[in-house]
Amino acid sequence: MGDKTDVWQGTLALMVLKTLETMGPIHGYGIARRIEQTSGHLLALNYGTLYPALLKLEQEGYIASEWGLSENNRKAKFYKLTRAGRKQLEREARDWEQATAILARFLAPAKES
Amino acid sequence: MRKLRALWIRLHGIFDGAGAEEDFSAELESHLQMHIEDNLRSGMTPEQARRNALIQLGGLEQTKQSYREQQGLPWFEALWQDIRFGLRMLAKSPGFTVIAVVTLALGIGANTALFSVVNGVLLNPLPYPHPEELVTVHAGKPNFSEGSISYPNFRDWQRDNKTLAALAVSRGTGYNLTGLGDAEEIRAELVSSDFFPLLGVKPVMGRLFAPHEDEIGREPLVIISEGFWQRKLGARPDVLGKVLTLDGRNYTIIGVLPANFNLLVSNFRAADLYVPIGQFQNPALTARAAGLGIHGIARLKPGVTLEQAQADMQQVSERLEKAYPEADKGIRAKLIPFQLAMVRDVKPLLLILMGAVGFVLLIACVNIANLLLVRANARAQEFAVRSALGAGRMRLLRQLLTESLMLSFAGGALGLALAAWGTQVLLHLLPQQLPRSSEIHMSGAVLAFTLLISLAAGTLFGLMPGLKVFRQNLQDTLKEGSRGSSSSRQGAQNWLIVFQMATTLVLLVGAGLMIRSLAKLSDVDTGFQPKGVLTFGLQAPSSMIGSSPEATLAYLREADARIAAVPGVEAVSFSWAALPMQSDDEQLFWLEGEPRPQSQNDMHWAIRYIVGPGYLKAMGIPLLKGRFFTPSDDEHAPRTVVIDDVFARKLFGNADPIGKRVFLEQFENDPATVIGVVGHVNQWGLDNDAVNPLRAEIYQTIMQLPEQQLGLVLMGMDVVMRSRYDADTAFQSVRNALVQMNHEQVVYNPATMESTISGTLAGRRFAMILLAAFAGTALLLASIGMYGVISYLVVQHTRDIGVRMALGADRRDVFRWVLARGGRLTAFGAIIGIAAALGLADVMASFSSLLYGVHTYDPATMLVVIAVLTTVAFAACYFPARRATRVDPMRVLRME
Repeated sequence: MGDKTDVWQGTLALMVLKTLETMGPIHGYGIARRIEQTSGHLLALNYGTLYPALLKLEQEGYIASEWGLSENNRKAKFYKLTRAGRKQLEREARDWEQATAILARFLAPAKES
Repeated sequence: MRKLRALWIRLHGIFDGAGAEEDFSAELESHLQMHIEDNLRSGMTPEQARRNALIQLGGLEQTKQSYREQQGLPWFEALWQDIRFGLRMLAKSPGFTVIAVVTLALGIGANTALFSVVNGVLLNPLPYPHPEELVTVHAGKPNFSEGSISYPNFRDWQRDNKTLAALAVSRGTGYNLTGLGDAEEIRAELVSSDFFPLLGVKPVMGRLFAPHEDEIGREPLVIISEGFWQRKLGARPDVLGKVLTLDGRNYTIIGVLPANFNLLVSNFRAADLYVPIGQFQNPALTARAAGLGIHGIARLKPGVTLEQAQADMQQVSERLEKAYPEADKGIRAKLIPFQLAMVRDVKPLLLILMGAVGFVLLIACVNIANLLLVRANARAQEFAVRSALGAGRMRLLRQLLTESLMLSFAGGALGLALAAWGTQVLLHLLPQQLPRSSEIHMSGAVLAFTLLISLAAGTLFGLMPGLKVFRQNLQDTLKEGSRGSSSSRQGAQNWLIVFQMATTLVLLVGAGLMIRSLAKLSDVDTGFQPKGVLTFGLQAPSSMIGSSPEATLAYLREADARIAAVPGVEAVSFSWAALPMQSDDEQLFWLEGEPRPQSQNDMHWAIRYIVGPGYLKAMGIPLLKGRFFTPSDDEHAPRTVVIDDVFARKLFGNADPIGKRVFLEQFENDPATVIGVVGHVNQWGLDNDAVNPLRAEIYQTIMQLPEQQLGLVLMGMDVVMRSRYDADTAFQSVRNALVQMNHEQVVYNPATMESTISGTLAGRRFAMILLAAFAGTALLLASIGMYGVISYLVVQHTRDIGVRMALGADRRDVFRWVLARGGRLTAFGAIIGIAAALGLADVMASFSSLLYGVHTYDPATMLVVIAVLTTVAFAACYFPARRATRVDPMRVLRME
């Protein structure tokens, strides 16, 4: 599998939320494939870990699910963002940007020297 | 909020697992199908496609498990599982469960009940503002460390001290209340003005005494209790300013005191009436040397320590001694903090009992630990299997702890119910003089205490078998199969049994010594025949008060004759001054031929009884020499006294006392002649008389009282009578006879002499009953423990026993072998217990005077206790031993 990074704790939820925002209602398999593609196949994602994460988000009320039909007419469970989820996404994205910006500042001088 | 919502859904998830599980399986299935289709499209073989999809997923079961964990609450589920499993295990062995819960309930219940007593009496703060500033004040005298304060000294102390915010005094008394229905004797307290303000007590109506209203010669005022107000005055709102007729004088009501007011220090008891001390109609009130039973309370100024106040009062007393060298010789103010004054007599008793009941709980815990150990051994197989299947040791320990905590909380709940009942029983048993007993009840503190000991007990006995399971070697246990365990595992149990036996023995010794003490006490010679003796108080009609001595004596003769004429009455006598085991009074005197002493401290002292001619017969005191008073020893006859044999030995040695003359302090120019010697009477109570320094007794006849004191006799005297009839009938007929004579006179405080005597032992009896109950409980628990361990021993050794019997061992050998095991444990326990009991009994004897007439190492008690313990232990071993003899060797061998 090469040089793949494990998914960091806590970032999976953000990726899921963002994926749902971009893609609209989509099933678990679709989310997994999408995350893999978006990361440029750099992330080692055990698809199985996605489902507890989805369940947690649903329990917290950020996403909702319902059974539907896939593009291949297969029965699948579709997830979509709720209003609370949208807000949570904004909040988390902002926090994340802030965190990376701060870290970037720490790392930048080290590169110069 | 989100967190809460998630928690709620997850809680739901615990119980709603099945539907969600199916749902998720379907979702995973569709996921895999889509993945496989994609893989097929990218050119994999169907087999590869499926394999790849599963690998990418990270395993079907693993995914399901992590999904399940997110779905519910794993720790909660584990706990729930533990509890359900525990319940199943406990339900599977109901015998064990019932014994364990009842055992714990006994231990916890007894502890909680006693703790509520200790909490109410010793721990709860006093219900007054800044109780730490409150002290009781007494006059320390050479012969009484806490003597009464004379009125003039009280006033001087009040004026001269620099460290007290307030100083007040009180004295109990009784009044004949007339004009409100039948004449009635009402208990009252004479108090100084500062008394209530000092305590922070506020009237519910009206006002308290103002400063100076408590001085001699002021207007008679009275404050009434709320209870009296409701009972006698119908709670009328207009009682203020109304007048009460007490002993024929009119007192104006100025206030009503709250019903919950009570105080139990020195001699003070809450009363129905409170009257200013200046209204005390005793001519000796103004005498500086008088001892009238007046005691004080005081509040220290803020920031003043007890030592500073004591030093200050010491100086004040010394200055007064210089000013009044005769009256105040050796008199020193003595301060004692309230809390100490209230509980010092019962504190050691309660602490000893608390220690004893703590032991009972410990024994209960040991029992449970033992039972659990046995179970843990029996379940070693189960734990080994669970361990092999991947259960962590912490997980197993948690299971054990959960089970024991469940047991202890069940025991605690049942114990609390027992304690609620036990507290009521305790309150009935409590010696009446136990202070603050009204404050004993179940409270938050008591509940917290129960919770805490349940928790501690559960953890304690849950951990022990748990740790044992830890040490066990899994492989060995698995290999050993169902054959049970090796004998080395019994070591811990054996030690627990030895510990139990030892502790039980200590408790039994304590109870045994108490029982022996009480038995000795009931054998103590009272010096009189209490059976059939009745005592009561009699107050003359208020109209008589202030009568001439002649009229008073005539009244006494008539009343005496009326009582004597009542059917069933064999003898009757008035009694003033001391009355055995009820009240005391002293006579100061010197002998003829001795120089007149300079002060009271140089005089001889004796207990003074002022009685009538019928006293000897009424009490049943033996006459040893000479004669007793006759009706002709009256006011006109020469002054005579009768003494007891202690007096005779002490002051006359071997000389014949009859005809000797003594100078009584109050008649210093009129010596009295000794006309008789009677047997010594137990004045100070069964347990105290022999050790009291003052034991000489002197009798005078009431007819020869000086005029001043005759006036006081009318306000209340004791009557002693001997009746053939039972107490109730006798009292009723005496009451009728006296009402016929004059309906204004009051009969009060009826009591049988026997109940008075047993009352002096109430404290000891309380201690004995509790100690015996605790020891009995301990014995029961220990025998259950012994039974359990020996039974287990037999089960574990069934194979050995079978083999031995197959090899020719007799059934009797087997029986003896089992008994010997139990006997060894008992012997060990007894030896350790005796050693501990000797140490502890010393503690018991030194902490309080609980023991009477027995040594802490009383061999008889020790022997009996060892016999009891051995018998019970034998009985506990007997049944398992019998079972051992019924082992069928053939069956055992076939099972191999």
